[in-house]
Amino acid sequence: MIPEIGHFALFLALGLALVQSVLPLYGIARNRADCLAVAAPAAIGQFVMLAVAFVALSFAFYANDFSVTYVAQNSNTELPWFYRLAAVWGAHEGSLLLWMTLLASWSLAVAAASRSLPREVASCVLAVMGAVSVGFLVFTLFTSNPFAREFPAPAEGRDLNPLLQDPGLVIHPPMLYMGYVGFCVAFAFAITALITGRVDSAWTRWTRPWTTAAWVFLTVGVTLGSWWAYNELGWGGWWFWDPVENASFMPWLVGTALIHSLAVTEKRGIFKSWTVLLAITAFALSLLGTFLVRSGVLISVHAFATDPTRGVYILAFFAVVVGGSLLLYAIRAPRFDAGTEPVAALSREGLLLLNNIFLVVAAAGVLLGTLYPILADAMGMGRISVGPPYFNKVFIPLTVPLVVLVGVAAVMAWKRTRAEVLRSRLWAPLLVAIALGVLLPWLALGTNGVVAAAGCVLGGWAIATAFEDVLRRMRGRRVKLPRAVVGMALAHAGVGVFVIGVSLVTAFGAEHDVRLAPGEQASLAGYDFTFKGTRHVEGPNFVSEIGDFIVREDGEQIAELFPEKRRYNASGQTMTESGIDAGIFRDLYVSLGEPLSGEAWSVRIYHRPFVRWIWAGGFLSALGGLIALSDKRYRRRERAAKTVTADTRARVATAEA
Amino acid sequence: MRWRLIVPVVVVFALIVMLGYGLTRNPSELPSAFIDKPAPSFDVPTLDSDQERITDAAFQGNITLVNVWASWCVACRAEHELITEISRRTGVPVIGLNYKDTREGALRWLGRYGNPFAVVAFDPAGEVGIDWGVAAVPETFVVDRDGTIRYKVVGAITREEMNDTLIPKLRQLKQAS
Amino acid sequence: MRHALSLLLLLVWSALPTAFAQTADLNDAQLERYHELNAELRCVICQNRSIAESDAPLAKDLRGIVARQLAEGRSDDEIKAYLVERYGEWVLYDPPFSWSTWVLWLGPFVLLFVGLVFVIAVMRGRYRAPEPRPPLDRERLARVLKSHEAGPDDTDKDRS
Repeated sequence: MIPEIGHFALFLALGLALVQSVLPLYGIARNRADCLAVAAPAAIGQFVMLAVAFVALSFAFYANDFSVTYVAQNSNTELPWFYRLAAVWGAHEGSLLLWMTLLASWSLAVAAASRSLPREVASCVLAVMGAVSVGFLVFTLFTSNPFAREFPAPAEGRDLNPLLQDPGLVIHPPMLYMGYVGFCVAFAFAITALITGRVDSAWTRWTRPWTTAAWVFLTVGVTLGSWWAYNELGWGGWWFWDPVENASFMPWLVGTALIHSLAVTEKRGIFKSWTVLLAITAFALSLLGTFLVRSGVLISVHAFATDPTRGVYILAFFAVVVGGSLLLYAIRAPRFDAGTEPVAALSREGLLLLNNIFLVVAAAGVLLGTLYPILADAMGMGRISVGPPYFNKVFIPLTVPLVVLVGVAAVMAWKRTRAEVLRSRLWAPLLVAIALGVLLPWLALGTNGVVAAAGCVLGGWAIATAFEDVLRRMRGRRVKLPRAVVGMALAHAGVGVFVIGVSLVTAFGAEHDVRLAPGEQASLAGYDFTFKGTRHVEGPNFVSEIGDFIVREDGEQIAELFPEKRRYNASGQTMTESGIDAGIFRDLYVSLGEPLSGEAWSVRIYHRPFVRWIWAGGFLSALGGLIALSDKRYRRRERAAKTVTADTRARVATAEA
Repeated sequence: MRWRLIVPVVVVFALIVMLGYGLTRNPSELPSAFIDKPAPSFDVPTLDSDQERITDAAFQGNITLVNVWASWCVACRAEHELITEISRRTGVPVIGLNYKDTREGALRWLGRYGNPFAVVAFDPAGEVGIDWGVAAVPETFVVDRDGTIRYKVVGAITREEMNDTLIPKLRQLKQAS
Repeated sequence: MRHALSLLLLLVWSALPTAFAQTADLNDAQLERYHELNAELRCVICQNRSIAESDAPLAKDLRGIVARQLAEGRSDDEIKAYLVERYGEWVLYDPPFSWSTWVLWLGPFVLLFVGLVFVIAVMRGRYRAPEPRPPLDRERLARVLKSHEAGPDDTDKDRS
C-alpha cells in the first residue's frame, strides 16, 4: 500500500510541476497576475508530494519490503538500518527521487523567499524550475519507477553495493545533489533574465546568494567524495579523474567562475551576458553529469547500472533544456551588454575576467579529456584512454596562474588600482609565502624539494594575501568587517591550504606493495610496520579478516592499524577497508590486498603527508561561502527588493507615458 | 543577433550528436589489437605431454579457431558445447590454449565435458596469453590460413553470436580461398 | 555456490607466483618508475582503474611484466610499446601525442589562447576607445523596448 501512495504522490507531483511551470509562463505572456500567483503554492504542493514519495520509499527500505523491486535490488535484511535508509539513493531510481526531492526543496526555498522578489521574477524562476522538475518526473515515472513491484516478492534482497556501505554514502550524495540541483536556481534566474530582458544589479543581488549556497553544497559534496574515495577504495589516492568525479568537478569550476562573474556584474554592471551564459552552463554541466553517470557512455569506477534507453531520454532532455536555453540566449543576450565601461588590466574586474577565462578553460579541458574517448571512437580513431596523467599535465598549468591571481585579486580595487599600491601591499605576503615554502616541508617532514617548495609558496601566497586584506581592513577602520569580506578571505585561504596539501602529498607521498607474513615487518618513510596477523570477525552482513599492524617510529609504537578485507554475505563481493592513522602532517595508511600462501598477505602501505589539508582546504572554502552567505547585504534583501520594485514601477510608468 | 552568441548553441549541438553516437557503443568492448595482424608466435608443450610441442606453425594452411580456456573458468563450460558444435558444423579445427591451469585439472575437465580440441597448448603461467592480449578467459580467435588473426570473441560465445557472426565468418574465410 | 567458487579462484591465484618476487630485483630508481608506470597503465578487464590499483589477476601479471622488463633494463617507452602491441592504445592512460590526440592535447591551450586574446581585446578596445553609441542604436532600443512590455531599460541605472 505504502509504495502505491509514493507512486501516486509522484504523479500528483508531476501534475503540480506542470501547473508550476505552465501557468506562470502564460501569466507573464498574457500579463495575468492570477496565473503568476499560482507558482508558489504549486511549488509548495510539489515539494509535499515529493516528500511523501521519498518517505514512502524510505519506509519500504526500512521495512524490508522486497516486493518493491528497487528495494529488493539494493537492500537486504542484514543491512544495518542506517544503510537501509541511505540505500534509498544507492542506485539509479532512488537517487533520481533524491534529486527531484532536493530540486523541490530548492523550489520551496525560492517560494518562501518569493515575497522579497517582484512577483513576475519569482513566478518565472519557479516556472523554470517546475519545467526542469517535469522533465525529471516524467523520466522517473516512465523509465525508472522506484516503486515498481514484483510479485511474488523475493524472500531476501540482493543487498546494497558494498562500495556504498560507508558513512560517506550517507552524506556525500545528498550534498553533491544539493549542489548540482542548486545551480538550477541560478539557471532559472538566468532564464528569467532572458525572458524579462533584465539583468540589473537587483537581479545579481537576488541570484548571488542562491549561487553561493549551491556552490557551498557542491564544494562540500566534492570534498566528501574525495575523502570517501580515499577511505573506501584502498588505493591511497584522493582524486582519480574518473568520469564520475569529473562530472561533479566541471559544474564546480563553472560555478566558481559564476560566483566571481556575478560579483563583477553586481558591482560594475558589466559582463552581463557572460554571467547569464555561465549560469546556464553550470546547470548544463550538472545535467551532463547526470547523463554521463547514468547512460553508460563511459566506463567508471562508480557509475550506476546503466541503460541506453535512459541515456536517450536524458540526452533528449538535455538537448531541449540546454539547447533551448542557449537559443533563447542567442536571441535575447545582445540587449544586455550595452555598456562600454572600460576594463583596466589592473582592476579587480580585470583580474576576475582572467579568473573566469582560466576556470572556464579548465572546465573545458576536463570536459574534453572526459569525452575524448567517445570523440576518438566516433572519428574512427580507435579506443583510447584518457587518464590522470593527461588531466594533471593539462590542469596544473591552468590552475597555477589561477592561484597566483587569487592572491592579487584580494588586494585589487574595483575600476583601477595603481601598480605602486599593489607593490606596497603584496611584498609582505610574498615574503611570508616564500618563508612558508622553505620552512613548512622542512619543519613538518624534515625534507624539501622543488615541487614541494613551489607548491607551498603558491598555497602560502593565497593564504597570506587573504589575511593581508583582512588585517589591513581591520586596522584601517574600527567598524566590523562585512561577512562577505571574511567569507572571501576564508574561501581563498582554503584554496591555499588545498594547494599545500596537494603539493606535499604529491611530492612526498610514498607507497610500498609488500608480502607480509605474521611477525614480519616493512618500512616506509621512516616508519616500521609490523604485521601481527589477521583475525576472523563476523559483521552484521559480512565476514571480515581484520589485520593487525603495529606502527613504530624510532622503535616507539605510535599507532595500531586494523585494515580489513570484508566479504559481503549477500553479494559475495569483497571490499577493502583501509586502516588509517590520520594526522595533521601525515596519514599512515594500510590496506590488505589478497591472502597469499600460508598466513601471509599482500599488503599496501602508504605514507600520505598533508593529505588532510586537501579536505581541510575544501571545507574551509565552503565555510567561507557560508559566512559570505550570512552577510547583512542579503538579509536586507527584502527592503532592497521593495525599493527596486517601486523603482521599476516608476520607470515602467514613465516608459508607458 | 551576433554570431558570437551562436557559438554555444553549435558547441552543444555537436556535443549532443557525439553523445548520441556514444550511446550506440559499448565502451567496455575492446577490439583486439591483433585484428588483421599475424598471430603472435609461441612454442609451448601440449597439454598431453611435456615432450610434444606446439608452435604457431600449426596455423599454416588451415583456417583455425583458437579457444583460450581454463578448467577453473565457469564461462568456459558454458560455451564448451558450442565450440564443439562450431567445429562440427564448419569443419574448422579448434586449437585450445589452456591458460593458467594445472595439467591434472585441465585433463580431468576435458575427460568430464568432452574434448573438442585438435590439440591443446599448455600455458600454466599465462605467458602466451599475455602475448595474445588475453584479458580474461574465455576468448576465441579466428586465425586465417596465413596465420593472420581475423576476428576475436571476448567472453563466452553465445548461440546467437555463433550463428550470426562466427559461423558465417568462418564459412566466408573458407570460400575466399 | 558462489562463495565456494570465489574461494576456489582465490586458491588458484594464491598458488601462482606474484609480482613481489620480481620487485625485489629492482633498485630504488627502478622501483619509482615501476610505481609510475603502473599508475599510467589501464587495467583491461576491470572498470576504470590502473594496474597499480587493480587486484585483478591480469593486473597482477602485468605488474609482474613491468617489473621484469624494468629489471632487464628496458625503457619506459619500450615497456609501454610492448603492452600496446598486445592490448592496444587503450592501456595508456597517458595517450601519446599523435594524429589522433592532437585535439586532446592542444585543445585546452588553444582555448586558453583565444580566451587571453579576448581578455586583451576587452581591456584594450574598451579602455582606449569608449566609442559613443550611435544615436540610431538608441532608437532601435526604444523600439525593441516598446514591443516588450516587460523590459524597461536598465542599463542607465547599472552604470550609476
